[in-house]
Amino acid sequence: MCSVCGCSEGETRIEKHDHAHDHSDEHGSAHSHQMEGQKASVTVLRDDPAARSHLVSVEKDILSKNNDIAAHNRRHFASHGVLALNLVSSPGAGKTTLLVESLKQLSGQLSMAVIEGDQETSADADRIRATGVPALQVNTGRGCHLDAEMIDRAFHELHIHDGVLFIENVGNLVCPAGFDLGEAHKVVIASVTEGEDKPLKYPNMFAAASLMLVSKVDLLPHLDFDVEALIDNALKVNPALQVIQVSPTTGEGMERWLNWIGAARQMAAATA
Amino acid sequence: MHEMALCQGMVELIEEQRRLDGFATVKRVIVEIGALGHVDPHALEFAFDVGARGTSAESAALEIREIPGRGWCMDCSRSIEIAARGEGCPECGGYQLIVEQGEELRLKELEVA
Repeated sequence: MCSVCGCSEGETRIEKHDHAHDHSDEHGSAHSHQMEGQKASVTVLRDDPAARSHLVSVEKDILSKNNDIAAHNRRHFASHGVLALNLVSSPGAGKTTLLVESLKQLSGQLSMAVIEGDQETSADADRIRATGVPALQVNTGRGCHLDAEMIDRAFHELHIHDGVLFIENVGNLVCPAGFDLGEAHKVVIASVTEGEDKPLKYPNMFAAASLMLVSKVDLLPHLDFDVEALIDNALKVNPALQVIQVSPTTGEGMERWLNWIGAARQMAAATA
Repeated sequence: MHEMALCQGMVELIEEQRRLDGFATVKRVIVEIGALGHVDPHALEFAFDVGARGTSAESAALEIREIPGRGWCMDCSRSIEIAARGEGCPECGGYQLIVEQGEELRLKELEVA
């Protein structure tokens, strides 16, 4: 276990999906979990018999294992016609509330499923299931982020075709930035009860995202918060970032957000 | 924060290399870390000390080479240095930057015996 943050392996728990369905033929031809690029070439650069040591060139991305599984997930999602969105934010930005409201409004229009990442409890998955949308809770234990392998395992438990998979990552603006899950887009949620300088403090997450949802904008009349400053800071880090201001409470911006999902689905289908 | 998970990835790559190369121990692990990436070198060093225990890299020294940030400024059409994310172009002050270098997270080479 890491005594910096307590991250450790072997503590991940993924709920078992409890409704029975035959999943054996869901994937068409059997897909292989053999990852690409696992054979590395070995090049001896220098041999020094006196020191009895030599240099071996490796030249591999440290995240290559995760990235290989993420690439597998991406193909898997595409073969199912699934748009996967990775929702990231600090704790308390309102991810689950926004998600619940989005699911309610999209209900009946398309197939949806949710993978909920939290260190502990199934509280969020319970909130999602109350909407009638299937949800699977992944508890990362002491881990601070979801990784591609967790999503691979969880996706195999879910029954979704031609729809949207929402992945609610662990509330953390640092660690989830580095871990590709195979999603089409990262969507970062920044609430107006946080600081305008969040994008500058946690730039990697905002740089990795396609869309920033500015949440809880119904609270703006009660706050000394400069939305334009937040957006300016985010665009300094990522000039291509799209921005939508939303409030699940008043419904402001929800239509734009849901339209964005629709456009992302069309884009994913066109490039699949 | 997530450096422990990265170290587990490094240890797996090292063990994979050991199966291919047949070396006994690793004396030095050389990694390249981009200055604009999400890795804190000090946290990585600390995590490596813990994560490499019980492996062939247990007593290896970790050498971290930082790769500086570089990119292209779309405002002034120049190749520039990027000191940190969120900082403007050193030439024109613009923020329309495309990062081309500085996100590396690479196990470069191993000194083995």
